[in-house]
Amino acid sequence: MSAAAVVERRDRASTRLLARVDTPLPRRARSELLAEIDASGLTGRGGAGFPTARKLAAVAKARRPLVVANGTEGEPASWKDKVLLSENPHLVVDGAVVAARIVGAREIVFAVGRANRTVRTRLAHALNARSDGFEVGIQTVPERFVAGEESALLHHLEGGPAKPTIGRPYERGVLVQNVETLANLGLVARYGSDWFRERGTAEEPGTVLVTVLGAVRRPGVAEVELGTPIRDVLQRFGGLSALPHALLIGGYFGTWVRAHDVLDLPLANAALKPLGASLGARTIVVLPHDACGLRESARVARYLADESAGQCGPCVFGIPAMADALERLDVERLRRLAPQVTGRGACAHPTGATRFVASAVDVFADEIRRHRQGRCCGANHDPVLPLGASRDWR
Amino acid sequence: MTMKIRVNPILCDGYGQCAELLPEVIELDEWGYPIVPRGPIAAGLEPAAQRAVKMCPRLALSLERAA
Amino acid sequence: MRSLTNADWYLIRGTGVVTLILFTLVVGLGIATTKRWRLPRLPRFVTLGLHRNLSLLAVVFLGVHIVTSMLDSYAHVGIAQIFLPVGTTRYGAFLGLGALSFDLMLAVVVTSLLRHRIGHRLWKSVHWLAYVSWPVALAHAAGIGTDSHAGWFVDTAVACTALVGAAVAWRVFELRRPYPKYLGAAS
Repeated sequence: MSAAAVVERRDRASTRLLARVDTPLPRRARSELLAEIDASGLTGRGGAGFPTARKLAAVAKARRPLVVANGTEGEPASWKDKVLLSENPHLVVDGAVVAARIVGAREIVFAVGRANRTVRTRLAHALNARSDGFEVGIQTVPERFVAGEESALLHHLEGGPAKPTIGRPYERGVLVQNVETLANLGLVARYGSDWFRERGTAEEPGTVLVTVLGAVRRPGVAEVELGTPIRDVLQRFGGLSALPHALLIGGYFGTWVRAHDVLDLPLANAALKPLGASLGARTIVVLPHDACGLRESARVARYLADESAGQCGPCVFGIPAMADALERLDVERLRRLAPQVTGRGACAHPTGATRFVASAVDVFADEIRRHRQGRCCGANHDPVLPLGASRDWR
Repeated sequence: MTMKIRVNPILCDGYGQCAELLPEVIELDEWGYPIVPRGPIAAGLEPAAQRAVKMCPRLALSLERAA
Repeated sequence: MRSLTNADWYLIRGTGVVTLILFTLVVGLGIATTKRWRLPRLPRFVTLGLHRNLSLLAVVFLGVHIVTSMLDSYAHVGIAQIFLPVGTTRYGAFLGLGALSFDLMLAVVVTSLLRHRIGHRLWKSVHWLAYVSWPVALAHAAGIGTDSHAGWFVDTAVACTALVGAAVAWRVFELRRPYPKYLGAAS
């Protein structure tokens, strides 16, 4: 995948997040900025969708606030944060500076995955070229699936393993914000909330970075307006390269949906909700007809089991049990396991894994029947869903 | 005044003492970890709930009161 | 000044031995709790409950043991010597071991009573001192010379050592967190 992270630049004039900004960041009063961000309706772009203004307000109350720009991106199928940091690091830094001014922090830490040197180099270069008056630094994080979760990230920055903890960072005066969210902050601070709301839908305003992989001609990352029909989104990536069977929306915590159910829907949570799906971190993987959705899902389920932080019983035992049951196509067992696993961990890992597996069993029901009859139509296809490789926690 | 039982899943190590002391509302999953109800528990169960909280070898249980 | 009476003398030694036996059981029950062991046909919380209650009973016996040793004019143990291995008595270093064992045990008991206030990690790290306190107590009992050669004492000391040794071996044998063992142990 690393060579294929293509940035869609065709719509140069209308791109927001990937356009280099030439004007200096305006200085505005904290309360005015906070009100502007609140009015914009900006929500976290890391996958959880938490209202940004609320987080900022909570951290602003702390005695010694800290801003952490989260570019970890532990999801193997997502590349948007790496692309954003490599292509437009200054906008991310702008946003981090705006956030730091709002909450009254003196220090900003930029967290990125350990393996990607390009991101680190470009970001370091950008930071060296500016002097905003804050203590800035880059910290690298092991590429584990849960390492980018905000409490896990903070745990690692404080010297521990990159494993989630009880309690939210913003309750302890630390603002952990996804880099795309920060980039949007930088834009709202410059151009205002009305400008921000010109794109997208009323309930889901703005533009987002989307990673699309699988059966498209040009897999990669592009900036898309929320509410764009999914078929048109795929066109930005060169269109489909094969007949699509299903789409995995929202990464490995997301859900499978049948291609014909979703291609004509707009890219928005409101439209996806009836299908039991949500955008998450906006990763879309297109599974072609000649690949086996069950095999892909079983591989990912096993990966999710291995990525458990090992802290909570239902996750440590439940996810491997689900991976086993999926490999055996034991649908009954999966049905019994689901309520024992979902929602019973310190973080969303067991919940996301349960959702992923349940959607696979639902969407690939026909495949399950075929496999039981001894037939598999996608046995020889190359793996479509990428997995991570790191085994470190520190 | 309602009362809820909370379990810290990181501290919890599946000892299962809570399920023995408060079987009315706490069940164990197939791996020995407690499934605690999400909603409030009956006020009459408060003494037993306190005992369960005190006995937990990992201090993983807590009681939350809300008006 | 009270003169030596047989009653005091027997009380000091008797409560001392009972304390040793009780703490032996307490160590065994503590390890049994981590192993999710249950007394036959009884719920698991009984194991933990006994561990706690017997330890409080042992503290009571230890209290009597200490107080009578101070009151007894033959033993001549002063208040400082209860807590610190200082001063000279006819018992030398072995009395100091008793003081050390007492200090460690006090830390364990006090932190256990305040468990909910100090949090799991601090409580756990102090609790490990019990593994030091017990052998030091045994050394105090064996070396203090009052009954070291008596048959009944030697038998008791050997039995207690065997029990603690077996329990510790059981603990060490599966020192990594015993997760897989409890799969399906939902009853």
